[in-house]
Amino acid sequence: MSETHAHDDGGAHAHDDGPADGPLYGVLAEYDTPGELIDAAKKVRDAGYTDFDCFSPFPVHGIDEAMGIKRTILPLLIFGGGFTGTVGGLLLQWYCNSYQWKWNISGKPTWSIPANIPIAFETTILLAVLTSFFGMWMLNKLPQVWHPFFRSERFGRVTDDAFLIGVEAKDKRFDHDTTTKLLKDAGAIGIEDVHEDPDPAKKVMPRWILAFIIASTAFALIPFAIAAKARNSHSSEPHIHIFPDMDFQPKYKSDNAMDVFADGRENRGEISGTVARGSLDADDLYYRGLSGSGADKAWTTSFPTTYPDGRKFVVDRKLLDRGHNRFEIYCSPCHGYDGHGHGSVPNRSADIHPADLIGAPIVSHPNGQLFNTVSNGANTMQGYAAQIPVADRWAIVAYVRALERAQNASLEDVPGPDRGSLQMPPITSPGTEAPK
Amino acid sequence: MSSEAATMESHHAEAGKARETFRKVTQDVAWVAEAPKPHPLWLLALGIALIMFGIGIYSIYVVVMTGIGVWGNSNNVCWAWDITNFVWWIGIGHAGTLISAVLYLTRQQWRTSINRAAEAMTIFAVMAAGLFPLLHTGRPWFAWWMIPLPNDMGSMWPQFRSPLMWDVFAVSTYLTTSVLFWYMGMVPDLATFRDRNVAKGNKIKAIIYGIVSLGWRGSARQWHRYERAYLVLAGLATPLVFSVHSVVSFDFATSQLPGWHTTIFPPYFVAGAIFSGFAMVLTLLIPLRFLFRLQHIITQDHIGAMCKIMLATGMMVGCAYAHEFFIAWYSGNIFERFTFVSRAFGPFWWAYFSMVSCNVLVPQFFWVKKVRQTNILIWILCIFVNIGMWFERFVIIATSLARSFLPSAWAYYTPTRYDVGVFVGTIGLFLTFFLLFFRFAPVVAISEVKGASPEAHAGKGGH
Repeated sequence: MSETHAHDDGGAHAHDDGPADGPLYGVLAEYDTPGELIDAAKKVRDAGYTDFDCFSPFPVHGIDEAMGIKRTILPLLIFGGGFTGTVGGLLLQWYCNSYQWKWNISGKPTWSIPANIPIAFETTILLAVLTSFFGMWMLNKLPQVWHPFFRSERFGRVTDDAFLIGVEAKDKRFDHDTTTKLLKDAGAIGIEDVHEDPDPAKKVMPRWILAFIIASTAFALIPFAIAAKARNSHSSEPHIHIFPDMDFQPKYKSDNAMDVFADGRENRGEISGTVARGSLDADDLYYRGLSGSGADKAWTTSFPTTYPDGRKFVVDRKLLDRGHNRFEIYCSPCHGYDGHGHGSVPNRSADIHPADLIGAPIVSHPNGQLFNTVSNGANTMQGYAAQIPVADRWAIVAYVRALERAQNASLEDVPGPDRGSLQMPPITSPGTEAPK
Repeated sequence: MSSEAATMESHHAEAGKARETFRKVTQDVAWVAEAPKPHPLWLLALGIALIMFGIGIYSIYVVVMTGIGVWGNSNNVCWAWDITNFVWWIGIGHAGTLISAVLYLTRQQWRTSINRAAEAMTIFAVMAAGLFPLLHTGRPWFAWWMIPLPNDMGSMWPQFRSPLMWDVFAVSTYLTTSVLFWYMGMVPDLATFRDRNVAKGNKIKAIIYGIVSLGWRGSARQWHRYERAYLVLAGLATPLVFSVHSVVSFDFATSQLPGWHTTIFPPYFVAGAIFSGFAMVLTLLIPLRFLFRLQHIITQDHIGAMCKIMLATGMMVGCAYAHEFFIAWYSGNIFERFTFVSRAFGPFWWAYFSMVSCNVLVPQFFWVKKVRQTNILIWILCIFVNIGMWFERFVIIATSLARSFLPSAWAYYTPTRYDVGVFVGTIGLFLTFFLLFFRFAPVVAISEVKGASPEAHAGKGGH
C-alpha cells in the first residue's frame, strides 16, 4: 500500500537508481504526517543511529526529544555577547568622556552611572542580538548553499509539505538494506537513495561566487586605502570643498580690506554726531557741573535745579543720607570716613596719597569741579562715572560739602540753644594733660 | 485486520488533508510573488509612491545643498516638522516589533499571519525616521562624528551623557535588530521560494533565492537552534522596543522646557507608538490583503484584534493627555500652566483639537462590533489615527517651543514647501519599499502559519 502511495504522491525515483552516480551519500525516507515523523525518528534513534536528521516545513514539536537532540549552547553564547556589550558599553563611555578626555558639561560628573545606563543597555542588546543571529547560523553551519540532499527532487518539497528522515551513509550503523528496511517499517511512504555529485567541482563553492566575493572585498577596501594614503602623505593642493558656498559665503567679515569706500576699510565707524538712545545728556549743569553759556562756562558753585525727568533738585536730609551711603561705599576706602584721606587703601600702600577733602585746596573747589572729579577722576584717582549714576554723584558732592562744613565749623555755626551742650567733657586719664 | 485497514484509510485521509492545507498555505503566499504580471492597482500604487519618493529626493537635494534654512524652522520652533516626523515614523515602527516579539512571547498565535508584513513595515518606517535627525543636523556628511572613532581632533568623542547620543544608539540598535529579526524569520520562507523556483526551472530566481536563503534545509537540528535564537531575539526585542521610544521621549523629558519636562513621557510615548503603529499596519494590510487575496490568511478576526489593541492604546493616550493637564495645574508652576492653556487655546489650538478628536474620539468607534467588521470604515478611522498621532508629536514640539520662557522670542511656525516635500518623500520611500516587499518577498510567515495550524499536530498520538 505504502509502495503505491509513494509513486502516486509524486515522490520521484523511490528505489530507482536513476541518474545516480558518485558515492552513496545517504537514504531519504518520507513520512505522511508530523506525528509519524516523530515516531519514525524515535525508532531510528533507538536503532542507534547518530548521523541522521529529520526535515520538515516547520519546527515539529516533540521531535527534539524523539531524536535526542541536546539543548543548544546558543543561549550561553548570547549571554556572553550581552555581557560583553554591557561591559564594553560602559568602558567605551568611561574611556571617551572620563578618561581619555574629561569632558566638562555644566560641571556635571564626567562619569555618572545613571546617565551612562541607556547606552550600556543598547550595546548589551546589540551584541546579544548579533551573537544570537550570527551564532545561530554558525552553529547550524550555514550558509552552505550546496548539499547532496538538494539533488533529490523529493527534498525540494521539505519547504512545502514533506516530512523526511535522512540517514547519512557515514553513520557507523549504516547498511543500505537494513537501514532502508528500518525506515520502511517505521511507516515511510517513499524511500530513495541520494548520491553525491560525481563532479568534484560541484562540492566546492562555484567559481563565480568566489570571484564575486574576492572582487567585492577588494573594492570595499579601496576607500580605506584612499583614506590611509591621504593621512600619510602631503599635498600642496587645497582640500576639496564639496559645498563651496558654505565654506566661502558671499559676505563681509570685520577688519578686512574693501575697495568700495575711500579709506579702503570694511569697518564703518560711527557717523559723527551720532548719539545713542538715552545718551543725549544736553543739560550741562546736571551732567557736567558747568553753569553759564558759551565762553563763560565755569564750574557751578551751587547745585542743579532740576533732574532730567523734571523733578526739582533739593538738597535735603534725604539727599545727604544717600550721599553718606554712597560716600562710604565708593569714597571712604581711600579718603576715609572723615574725608581726611586716611582710608584703608593708603594704610596698606605707601604709594597712594588720597587728597584730604577737608583741607585746601579741595574746600575751595566749586561744586561743579568736585562733581567733575567724582565723574572723571583727578591725578591718580579714576573716574567713577561708570559706577555711580549722576544723581548719586551730586548726592556725594553734597555730602562732601557737609563733611567740610562740619569739620571746619566754629562755635558760632551751632544754633544758640545747643551751644552749651557742646562743652567737651574733661578727660581724666592719668598722664595726659586735659585740654582746657 | 479489516478494522486496521479502516484505521489506515482514515489515517491517510487525515494526512492528505494536512498536506493539502500546508500546500495551500505555500501556494497562496507564493502566488503573491509568482504572479507573472503584477496587479494594475499595485502598479498604480507603486507609481504614486515613486512620484512621492522623487519629490522627496528633490527636496532633500535642496535641503542638503542649500542648508536647512529652506525649512520653516529658522525661529524658536527649531525642531518643527523634522523631529515631529522622526518621532512619528519611529512610533509606527514599534507596532511591527510588538507584533513579532511581544505577541510571540505571549503566545498569541494569530500574530503569525501578520508579523512578517508588520516587521517589514518597522524596518521601512525606521529607515524613513532615521533620515530626519540626519538632515536636521544640517551637515549630514559629518554624521560619522556620532560614532566613537579615534581621531586626530583631540576631544572629538561623542557626548555620551546626552539623550541625543542615546537616541543614536537606540535607533541604530533598533534598526539592526529589526533587520536581523525580519531576515532570520524569512530564511525558511525564502527557502520555500528557492525550492519552488528550482522545481519550475527559473534559474536566475532560483540562484537569487538560493543565496538569500543561505542553504536552509529545514532539518530538525537546524530548527532547534533556529527556534532558540528566535525566542531569544523576541526576548531581546521586547525590552528594546520599550527602550527605544523611552529614549526618544528622553530627548524631550530631560530638557527644562515646560510641556516637555515630565516623567510621564516614556510610557505615554510608548503607548502612542503602539497605537499609531497598529493604525499603520491596518492602513497597509486592509487594501493589500484584498489585492493579493490573502483574506483567509489575514482574517477578519486578526483585524478585529488589532482594532481592540488600538482602542486600548488610544484610551491610554487619552489618559495621558488628561493627566498632563492635571499635573500642569497641580504642580502650581505658572510656566507649566501657561504652556498647557496655550497648547489647547493658544495659536496652535487647531492642531490640539485635531489631535484629541483623532486620537481619543475616533477609536471609540471600535467599541462597536459592526465597525470592527467593516473594513472600509476601519481603514478610514486608521487614516484619522495616523493623522492624529502626527499631530500629537507636532503639538508637543511646536506649542512648547513656540511659547517658551522668553516672550520676546515667541514665534509661530509655518512649514515651507521643503518641509512638506521631505515628509512626502519619506512616505514615498516607505510605500515604495513596502510595495516592493509585497511583490518579491514572502509576505506571510509561511512556516509559522503552518506550524500554528491544527494540521501541524496531525498523526500525533492516536495510533
